Amino acid sequence: MWSLQNIADKVHDWLYLTFNPTLAMLFEFVIIGALAIGLFAMLGLILIYMERKVSAWMQLRLGPNRVGPKGIFQTMADTLKLIVKEGMTPDGADKLLFHIAPFLVMIVAMVVLAPLMFAKGFQIWDINIGVFFITAVSSISVIGVLMAGWASNNKYSLLGAMRSGAQIVSYELSAGLSILAVIVLTGSLKLSDIIASQENGWWIFKGHLPVWIAFVIFIIAVTAETNRAPFDLAEAESELTAGFHTEYSGMKFALFFLAEYVNIFVVCALGATLFLGGWMPLHFGTNTQFNKVMDYIPSVVWFFGKTFFLIFVIMWFRWTFPRLRIDQLLHLEWKYLLPISMINLLLATLIAIMNWHF
Amino acid sequence: MTEEVVITDQDDLIINVGPQHPSTHGVLHLVITLNGETVKKVEPHLGYIHRSIEKMCESLTYRQFIYTTSRMDYLSSHINNHCCAMCVEKGLQVEVPPRAQVIRVLMDELTRLASHQLWWGALAMDVGALTPFFLAFREREMINDIMEETCGTRLTMNYMVPGGVMADIHPNFQRRVHEFLAHFKRKIDEYDELITDNIIFQNRTKGIGFISKEDAISYGMSGPSARGSGVQCDIRKLYPYEVYDKLQFKEIIESGGDCFARYMVRMKEMKQSMSIVEQLIDNIPEGDFQAKTKNVLKLPKGEFYSRVETARGELGVYIISEGGTTPYRIKFRSPGYSNLSALDHMTRGQKIGDMVAIMGTLDLVIPDIDR
Amino acid sequence: MSFVKNYIGEVWGAVKSLATGMKLTGQYALRHKKEKITQQYPDNKDTLKLPERFRGEVVLIHDENNEHACTGCTACELACPNGSIKIITKFDLTPEGKKKKAVDTFVYHLDLCTMCNLCIEACPTDAIKMAQTFEHSVTDRNKLIKVLNKPGSKIREGVEEKKSQ
Repeated sequence: MWSLQNIADKVHDWLYLTFNPTLAMLFEFVIIGALAIGLFAMLGLILIYMERKVSAWMQLRLGPNRVGPKGIFQTMADTLKLIVKEGMTPDGADKLLFHIAPFLVMIVAMVVLAPLMFAKGFQIWDINIGVFFITAVSSISVIGVLMAGWASNNKYSLLGAMRSGAQIVSYELSAGLSILAVIVLTGSLKLSDIIASQENGWWIFKGHLPVWIAFVIFIIAVTAETNRAPFDLAEAESELTAGFHTEYSGMKFALFFLAEYVNIFVVCALGATLFLGGWMPLHFGTNTQFNKVMDYIPSVVWFFGKTFFLIFVIMWFRWTFPRLRIDQLLHLEWKYLLPISMINLLLATLIAIMNWHF
Repeated sequence: MTEEVVITDQDDLIINVGPQHPSTHGVLHLVITLNGETVKKVEPHLGYIHRSIEKMCESLTYRQFIYTTSRMDYLSSHINNHCCAMCVEKGLQVEVPPRAQVIRVLMDELTRLASHQLWWGALAMDVGALTPFFLAFREREMINDIMEETCGTRLTMNYMVPGGVMADIHPNFQRRVHEFLAHFKRKIDEYDELITDNIIFQNRTKGIGFISKEDAISYGMSGPSARGSGVQCDIRKLYPYEVYDKLQFKEIIESGGDCFARYMVRMKEMKQSMSIVEQLIDNIPEGDFQAKTKNVLKLPKGEFYSRVETARGELGVYIISEGGTTPYRIKFRSPGYSNLSALDHMTRGQKIGDMVAIMGTLDLVIPDIDR
Repeated sequence: MSFVKNYIGEVWGAVKSLATGMKLTGQYALRHKKEKITQQYPDNKDTLKLPERFRGEVVLIHDENNEHACTGCTACELACPNGSIKIITKFDLTPEGKKKKAVDTFVYHLDLCTMCNLCIEACPTDAIKMAQTFEHSVTDRNKLIKVLNKPGSKIREGVEEKKSQ
């Protein structure tokens, strides 16, 4: 049957047969780099289009509908506009940091793609500390945000960056703890192992209460970590005009924008992997007829389907809720999410030790 | 009202909010002094949209000057025009026909509804929710269409003239108002579901921007913003004009004094306005829509004052006449100006995000403040 | 124990209130095909019908004989609060050899007009009215200064008498 794994294996074998190992590895790097950039660009285009459509549906509007059929080329037209736009650098800005910051944020967003398992056996780097790698690397993006805010020499930007720093650093705690709940049940940080452990049922189904709580906390925490409404304090439009990227224009602004969406994709992919079984198809007990039909759907569809469902949920949040205030945001984290996720982790450990899960 | 004067430290962060800022709803310029995220002082700077309407009115005749007031508080233009027309009628000693009175009150209340709907959407946008704005505009659009059909314009009507209204109501008017009422009654619950009951919104507004009853009176606040602090100041009840004394409606007073109280006042006021429209819409008396007035209006020598309750508070129109065809001096007492003056008092010690919510619940319209 | 109960109750109430809002927007997203509040403006040009009282711009009504009802009395010019209307009059010779005041050029500054409808109210012969056009954007400001009486048009017979009644 057609699968991404076969293609990847064939390309790999062909490269190693034709060239010497060093050259073959170099070619693989180039291919992976091109694919990653391609995915980056595609995700940006698709997710921005999706956000526009979802927001339009919730707001009784049509959304983009002029450029191309159903407006699908609208994002491309906007990107084109941003590319040809002049990139302004304000007077008094720290030039070096100002120019580096968007690239740093973008690079972080791309690096995090590495351990994700997009389909059965289709993964860039099956590192044994995959989940840890993602949480560790993604926290670097706060440095980029802080750099952008500081280097802009703008008070709005600085306030936005400071808010973002406080927010991301504190929400990483509960995001990490809720991830740990699944890690404890699986016993591995390797993403392929985590997916393999969900062969007979996704964690959200067989993990009982602790995993449900962990899932909810994870969704809330990653919404905050990616600076999305209702936690979009770093760019709170009505308070700080555009927060940390107030002074950015043209392609540098677009990089921030794209990185935000790729970050959303990454965290949702992680959520899908940990809680919803990654590329594992939906199986119901011993109902073999149903399971066979589900198996027929390619694994890549399963993975992207679950990820996009979570992305939709996060967009749903954005277009429904008002924004929190900065102190309430930290209240929520330190007074509610953190204690709950700590107790939850204990519960998960108990369940893992007693083997109460299926 | 004794407040210590904050002397700006060197370490304080001074930010210019506006004149181009998404949450100032126009060209208001606020110089805010911050200590981290906490607001120490807010200093409003006015004048960016000053068009000297009062001075302009001195060269316009008593028929002409009314249209300029639509440009003051553009969200309650009918009510502004109404106040001016009433002031001129006082000077002319003209009795407005009952039909015109009822049409005026109907239009005022519809304007108030439209204004509060826009305020609701804009407040939700200020606190970060974007969808409510479109829901509010769905209902506001219906009112605008009704206005467009009867008055000819959607925002700056100039429908009230001295002696009555400019034209009779459109034949479709009653049917469409009924349609609107039926629609809005179903949809007003959505407002509560989406924003009022929302825990994030409640946290953003409860206990924020407190102003006591005494302070509200001292600052000269009026309208829903003052009624949120428990001040009884509804001109429709205290000094009834037109047919308001014959109507059954409640003056909404909340004692909270915070943003949520001001929010609730406006939400409940919408329901009261709906009930007023309901009482009047089927009982429009027959008769003239305009009293007979002379072609050239001349007010007798003297001073005339009239006051109405706009969507934002008390609007006063003060005319000094020397007996000619144009006023000698006109002064508007606009509600926004005095409400804005309390902003500094309310925002002290609050966060930046609160300041936006407080400005939202004060329902500022900048052209009304600057004139 | 009551603390824990309060804590859980608080969290439950908060989640419930958020879920109510999400239900509402979710419903709107699901039936997005049915309910739309936006108009597809240039597409609906043919069906877009503005109410007859809509104030778009001032026009001078001409009938099929290229005749209008404007006597050149300048009542509208006097009624206009911001000087959008300027009427240049001339003196026609009547068949009896008398001089008669008539409108030569009816200048209308659309760029100054605020659509207050006072000129229409002031006109004693109902010669002018508000048209329902609204696409006024032009590339040159001078194009907004319009001459309302068509070339060669003249006053309709009998309007003067009607006015004096």
